[in-house]
Amino acid sequence: MRGGLTTADGKPLKQALAHAQARAKRKALLLVVPLLAFILITFVMPIGQLLFRSIHNDGFSANMPQISAWFDETKAGDAPDEAAYAALVADIAAAAEARTIGVVGTRVNYELSGTRSLFTSAGRNAEDLQPPYREAMLDLNEKWGDPQLWGVMRSVSSAYSANFYLAALDLARDENGEIVRAPEDRRIYGMLFMRTLWLSALITGLCLILAYPVAHLLAVLPLAKSNLLMILVLLPFWTSLLVRTTSWMVMLQEQGVINNTLVALGLIGNESRIQMMYNQAGTIIAMTHILLPFMILPLYSVMRPINPSYVRAARSLGATSWTAFRRVYLPQTLPGIGAGALLVFILSVGYYITPALVGGASGQLISNLIAYHMQDSLNWSLAAALAALLLAGVLILYWLYDRLIGIDNLKLG
Amino acid sequence: MNASTADAAFVEFDRVQKSYDGETLVVKDLNLTIAKGEFLTMLGPSGSGKTTCLMMLAGFETATHGEIKLAGRPINQVPPHKRGIGMVFQNYALFPHMSVGENLAFPLEVRGMGKSEREAKVARALDMVQMGAFANRRPAQLSGGQQQRIALARALVFDPELVLMDEPLGALDKQLREHMQFEIKALHDRLGITVVYVTHDQGEALTMSDRIAVFNDGRIQQLAPPAELYERPRNSFVAQFIGENNKLPGIIEEFDDKKALVRLATGELIDATPVNIRAKGQQTLVSIRPERVEFKPEMMPPGIHRIGADVLEVVYMGDIFRTRMRVAGSEDFVMKCRNTIGQRKLTPGERIEIAWHAEDARALDPM
Ligand SMILES: Nc1ncnc2c1ncn2[C@@H]1O[C@H](COP(=O)(O)OP(=O)(O)OP(=O)(O)O)[C@@H](O)[C@H]1O
Ligand SMILES: [Mg+2]
Repeated sequence: MRGGLTTADGKPLKQALAHAQARAKRKALLLVVPLLAFILITFVMPIGQLLFRSIHNDGFSANMPQISAWFDETKAGDAPDEAAYAALVADIAAAAEARTIGVVGTRVNYELSGTRSLFTSAGRNAEDLQPPYREAMLDLNEKWGDPQLWGVMRSVSSAYSANFYLAALDLARDENGEIVRAPEDRRIYGMLFMRTLWLSALITGLCLILAYPVAHLLAVLPLAKSNLLMILVLLPFWTSLLVRTTSWMVMLQEQGVINNTLVALGLIGNESRIQMMYNQAGTIIAMTHILLPFMILPLYSVMRPINPSYVRAARSLGATSWTAFRRVYLPQTLPGIGAGALLVFILSVGYYITPALVGGASGQLISNLIAYHMQDSLNWSLAAALAALLLAGVLILYWLYDRLIGIDNLKLG
Repeated sequence: MNASTADAAFVEFDRVQKSYDGETLVVKDLNLTIAKGEFLTMLGPSGSGKTTCLMMLAGFETATHGEIKLAGRPINQVPPHKRGIGMVFQNYALFPHMSVGENLAFPLEVRGMGKSEREAKVARALDMVQMGAFANRRPAQLSGGQQQRIALARALVFDPELVLMDEPLGALDKQLREHMQFEIKALHDRLGITVVYVTHDQGEALTMSDRIAVFNDGRIQQLAPPAELYERPRNSFVAQFIGENNKLPGIIEEFDDKKALVRLATGELIDATPVNIRAKGQQTLVSIRPERVEFKPEMMPPGIHRIGADVLEVVYMGDIFRTRMRVAGSEDFVMKCRNTIGQRKLTPGERIEIAWHAEDARALDPM
């Protein structure tokens, strides 16, 4: 039989099927169009914006056209000549006039700290400067002759740059444009990424250990009782995240419930109260509690339908209760473990409020730094680069998970 | 291989009681001995405690009172995995994440058996149930009947002396069920294992068992070989539960060891065998099998009491005619006649006389 199956009147079966389904498919598509538009507007576009911002910043290039043109004509390492200084002065004067000199200074300052004031003060004096401009600028401030500053200006003269990613990876460019590691005292992001991954893994592990027995209990209890317990599990969802975190502060602080109880019981001395908050311990405890339901629910949903006769069969076949658990019960709950772990891990990698409130300095995660760059330092490009790296990391983990366990094995509920 | 040839009790329930909630007894005073090599079936309506008994024997439920012995040894304290009892579950309970071969190897593996020996035994067990070609399939890729065979093979692969089966054929269609009944019985005869089988299908119980224990309300109502159970039910529950039965309520007019004369509510007298009769004037329920009712005078025993019947309906069922008639005021009295050459055909509206051998009518306790 060549060409596969055909219908009674000789049309290829596949074609006939596609034709028959086309109408239904069109209708289904119409139904999802609003959702699609919503997702496009609220999800895809902001992420696209963010990714774009992480490689694009025209704070310098848009406001300093002449010097940017000079950088285009020369090559890296060329010493600035009089023409360069003339272009610089003209640009600074124009930017001061247009009140954008601050933006320019900020952009350069991202790469080389302490340079913002260099630009703003030059802006105030640019009108009065006379040729030769090189001397005039150096008179104004020694630093205008610094090759490192010129290296940085060359790199920011193009709106597109990978420098924010370099910064997010604790790397920098030296005056010749080579990529080098950032100075020791400024390497913070790599450490924060590692800490975020490590704490997230730890929290995921803790959630798994705590959730497994609870989910099992929920799954084997009669429905009436398990529903009551389920309400207790879900109760935290009904209270604001802020309230839950604050109540952990009440519990954990040095004069808090736990310490007071321990002191009252005489287990610890009044002077040696345990520091459980404003450090990693606080972040771990509070986040484990807050994320626990996300582990319990998928576990419960795979455990509930597991018939108790499987374990009984294993036992009757000669397995001890431990072997029966390990060989028969546990493998059947793997999809739930995978789903719960993935969910908790991804949530904790991006967690923000709880570490901000109870984490102190050592309990901060990468998202707290992203928030800092969004709100305080206003270096959105760096925030975007950090967020994009986090996104890439999560996607890689997701891919690894798919390779190792298989994503179709996931059972979220 | 049946109760009479085996000597000592292999399984013994000694005054066993079981309560789940501390308020009601699900199993009440169970005394039962099962001989080695016997095929014993627990038969009874839903909720009568059959599964509970099986679970106590397998070790998944503990007896609230009494003792269970296996090969003379009390096993109340022995955990399930040390009892060495094979078990077939109603839903088969094949491990879904393991292949058929791995399922069968599981009991051998946990016993620490070497790989080559294991493989040989698995292959042999699969051949035994004619599933040799399916070792690499997952249970989900098998039909119900095939899963059933694998479950059977898994329960037998480690050579247990006792195998428990809880409604193993409940999910199969009629034809497959009959086929599997035959195969299970053949395996039992060949391997010489002891089988405790739970079902609520009486046909299944009658065809397969050496003895049947009829359960109701947590008690064994009668424990007997199939023929005895069918022909000589000891009480009206058993009579009604096993096979079709005509019931005629009445009062004992006269009785001795062998015969009783029963006066029906409508005044007729009939002959019966007394079973649970203690006194004259006692209320009784006479039970007669439909196929033991005679309407041809030449077939009736001499001197027997006859009783009038109005034919209401005659149903052709292939091998038999099922005739429903009005007898002593009851409209669901049934008679079955074989469809043989020369059989006289009855027609609805006809009035006939029927009778039976006194041994076939059993005067039981009223229910
Ligand atoms: N785990 C349990 N907890 C409480 N009561 C139970 C439990 N298992 C069974 N029962 C009760 O015990 C009684 C006997 O149940 P059992 O399962 O032994 O009946 P069965 O004879 O096997 O019925 P079926 O033919 O429907 O399987 C029923 O009334 C049932 O409700
Ligand atoms: Mg049952």
